[in-house]
Amino acid sequence: MSAPVVVAAAPALRVGKAGFAIGIAIVGVIALAALFGNALIPQDPFVQDLGKRLIPPFWMEGSRPEHLLGTDQLGRDYLARLVYGARISLLIGIMTVITSGLIGITLGVLGGFFGGRIDDVVLFAITTRLSIPVVLVALAVVGLMGSGLGLVVATLGLLLWDRFAVVARATTQQVRNLDYVNAAWCAGASTPHILIKEILPNIASHLAVVATLEMALAILLEAALSFLGLGVPPPLPSWGLMIAEGKDYMFFSAWVIMIPGVALAVLVLGINLVGDGLRNLLGTERLR
Amino acid sequence: MLRLIVRRLAVGLLVALTVMTLAFMLTRLSGDLAISIAGPSATQADVEIVRKAYGLDRPLTIQFFDWVGRALIGDFGQSYFFKDSVANLIAKRMPITLTLGLVGLSLALIVSIPLGILAAVRENTWIDRAVTMLTMVGQAIPSFWLALILMIVLGLHLGILPISGTGTWQHFVMPGIVLAFTAIPALTRLTRSGMIEAMASDYIRTARAKGLSRARIIFKHALRNAAIPVVSIAAVQLGFMLGGSIVIETVFALHGVGYLGWESIAKNDFPVVQAVVLVLAAIYIGLTLLADILNALLDPRLRTG
Amino acid sequence: MSALLEIEDLQVTFGGTAAVRGASLRVEKGETHCLVGESGCGKSVTALAVMSLLARGGHRSAKRMSFAGTDLLSLSDRAMARIRGNRMSMIFQEPMTSLNPAFTVGSQMAEVLTRHKGASRGDALERAVALMGRVGITAPEMRLGQFPHQLSGGLRQRVMIAMALMCDPELLVADEPTTALDVTVQAQILRLLATLKRELGLSILLITHDLGIVARVADRVSVMYAGEVVERAPTAALFRAPQHPYTRGLLSCVPAPGRVRRDKPLGSIPGVVPTISPGFAGCAFRSRCAHADSTCEHEIPRRVAGAAHDYLCRLAPTLAEPLPA
Repeated sequence: MSAPVVVAAAPALRVGKAGFAIGIAIVGVIALAALFGNALIPQDPFVQDLGKRLIPPFWMEGSRPEHLLGTDQLGRDYLARLVYGARISLLIGIMTVITSGLIGITLGVLGGFFGGRIDDVVLFAITTRLSIPVVLVALAVVGLMGSGLGLVVATLGLLLWDRFAVVARATTQQVRNLDYVNAAWCAGASTPHILIKEILPNIASHLAVVATLEMALAILLEAALSFLGLGVPPPLPSWGLMIAEGKDYMFFSAWVIMIPGVALAVLVLGINLVGDGLRNLLGTERLR
Repeated sequence: MLRLIVRRLAVGLLVALTVMTLAFMLTRLSGDLAISIAGPSATQADVEIVRKAYGLDRPLTIQFFDWVGRALIGDFGQSYFFKDSVANLIAKRMPITLTLGLVGLSLALIVSIPLGILAAVRENTWIDRAVTMLTMVGQAIPSFWLALILMIVLGLHLGILPISGTGTWQHFVMPGIVLAFTAIPALTRLTRSGMIEAMASDYIRTARAKGLSRARIIFKHALRNAAIPVVSIAAVQLGFMLGGSIVIETVFALHGVGYLGWESIAKNDFPVVQAVVLVLAAIYIGLTLLADILNALLDPRLRTG
Repeated sequence: MSALLEIEDLQVTFGGTAAVRGASLRVEKGETHCLVGESGCGKSVTALAVMSLLARGGHRSAKRMSFAGTDLLSLSDRAMARIRGNRMSMIFQEPMTSLNPAFTVGSQMAEVLTRHKGASRGDALERAVALMGRVGITAPEMRLGQFPHQLSGGLRQRVMIAMALMCDPELLVADEPTTALDVTVQAQILRLLATLKRELGLSILLITHDLGIVARVADRVSVMYAGEVVERAPTAALFRAPQHPYTRGLLSCVPAPGRVRRDKPLGSIPGVVPTISPGFAGCAFRSRCAHADSTCEHEIPRRVAGAAHDYLCRLAPTLAEPLPA
């Protein structure tokens, strides 16, 4: 009837604009390093020099100026390997998200839109996927079929689609009943048209948030797999693998495992900050 | 509610069967099993002997149904490399994994519930933001890396805890901490959001209107409602923890079911791999059912409505 | 004789915006006082401010706010909590969500008595049964062990009323207690409140937007518009001789049988409620008032129109309208 006199104040962002900015900065810097780092750094990440093993980084005694972050146990330049590892992490993260996103979104949208038997099947698939011990199965696949970048991406992509499916399904269900979808029906639009033109654009913001979370998860999982020796094969310098290689020396030279570990944590934190910031920015609600 | 349990059990059984199928297919991924078992230096004749001995010459479907049939009564076959039945192997290791899981979950709850309540009650203050930041950082730290750090700090420098193996309760402290670490961010956020929602509800306004003390309002009226999803999620988290224990058990050389899975993958011990996947999945299914039951027990609206 | 509840120039702000910009009213002992106005005028906020139940970010200030002689503004949170539910109770608009779903009706009612009067659980439950019977709830012993979701809306509101009376309060603040209920249940609840007032000597501050309710139960009325109390009067005087143009407009909106003509449009007040920004001065109603002039942009005088009847307007009081033949 009448407008309230009080004008509500705008709700405060949780992560804060600062958090979002920091996240973007972190991811941006690492992405830039991944793309251009190895071109700028003279050292080659694969060249071994057994006479120069385990030189400490610049903040410790005994460091050398040409190896800013020191060298690993095979004399390879640490900084070069770290930067190359960023490329691997980001690549795996993005490729996995694309794969799992395609699978999960398709399943979720179909189940949410059509309901009934199709939805039952989708829910069953999700439940089954959730019951599977992911790390164990991923290890088993790589262990049985041999390691390799492509295989890791495929395995993780085939395993990490559950959250995409759940969110796509829930949001599709909400959007499906809205008026403009019904209007499109009445105007004679075909089902694929509605799915692509009406449903997808409106659930895209929620899915973008999920994509960032899943990317962070994929990166952590790949690191765990590589750490256990069943992920990215050596000599590719995956950060997880670098930690594994440094494990034998960690009691004497702790920096060998500190640096890649911090790098992982910072990258994942950055991605999560972006995801949370996106969530606040797009005004999406937390879906349980 | 009985109908709910029966229906969920039926679905759970179907899921278990599907997982069994997937686990079976998983081990057949590497192609000819007989070749893998016989080893790289085996001759064609050796491979054929192996094939017959392990029943790998039968049609795939027969092998599958044979395995399923036996699995349903608890017979998972014989391990290729450990001189023991798979069921025995798992049974011997299970207590360690379960202990680890429960220790991890308990530690996680002890930390996250008070943290979540604190953040909710002090919503939008620096305390809340600090807790949020802590959970974000916690989610970003790889668990295996944290394990190594703890080993260095607590095991080497301070020397107060053993860094590997089993035997005493001290062996479970560091692994328990790392495991708890993986669950604390999610549980804290859940507690926090549940408490915020509860505190903003009408019935809390009524409680304040009744003049009840602040402590009673937070810890009795609000928490009781906010805890319901936390309890059921905690059960599911335990399932994830048990399934993901492989990494932590391997790092700390704890001889649990996860570590068994790791060893058998390395040794191509397929019956064990299949069985471990199945057992872990079955535990997860059971825990989700438990979560539903707990939910129904704790929420009066589900009990009688 | 001083009033039971006295509020003078109450201001409530949320962040930068003012929800209540100067509300003054008095509730006398033993009377039913209605605070009436449309949605958004600040009447609920006034009630919450009195009870110190404002949501986060809400600030209140007033020249005076006293209850039975005690200054409410200077009380600590703890001291205020001892008065709430004890000497001053409040019931709310949404009975469906106002009770805690996790606890039984009995335990929720008993805890008020154990908290304020130190009663034992057994005694508290006994009183709960007695009060539930008083408010017309059937089979009260059975209700003790029931959960809120097992009761209908009307029953839940009765439980709320009974719960509010557990400690024998002097004042009951009722925020639109019947708005969410069916019309028939509405009538029952109103009758119940009137009976309780009579039997217990209860004073009631009733918040409502429904003039029908006002006509039915109120002894005195305060009319609120855009965060201010614009007119205060005994009920009969308000309906017979409304002074403030807004009150007049409100009354003309209610079609009265016998008075309304089929060929004439129903009464309405032109325009919409303005958004009040900080620094607003003068009468908030002037943009919709046929009698507004330039003086309405400055401070409005409080005029008296009879015994206990005052209003905020530049217009001189007019006599009562002639009653219909």
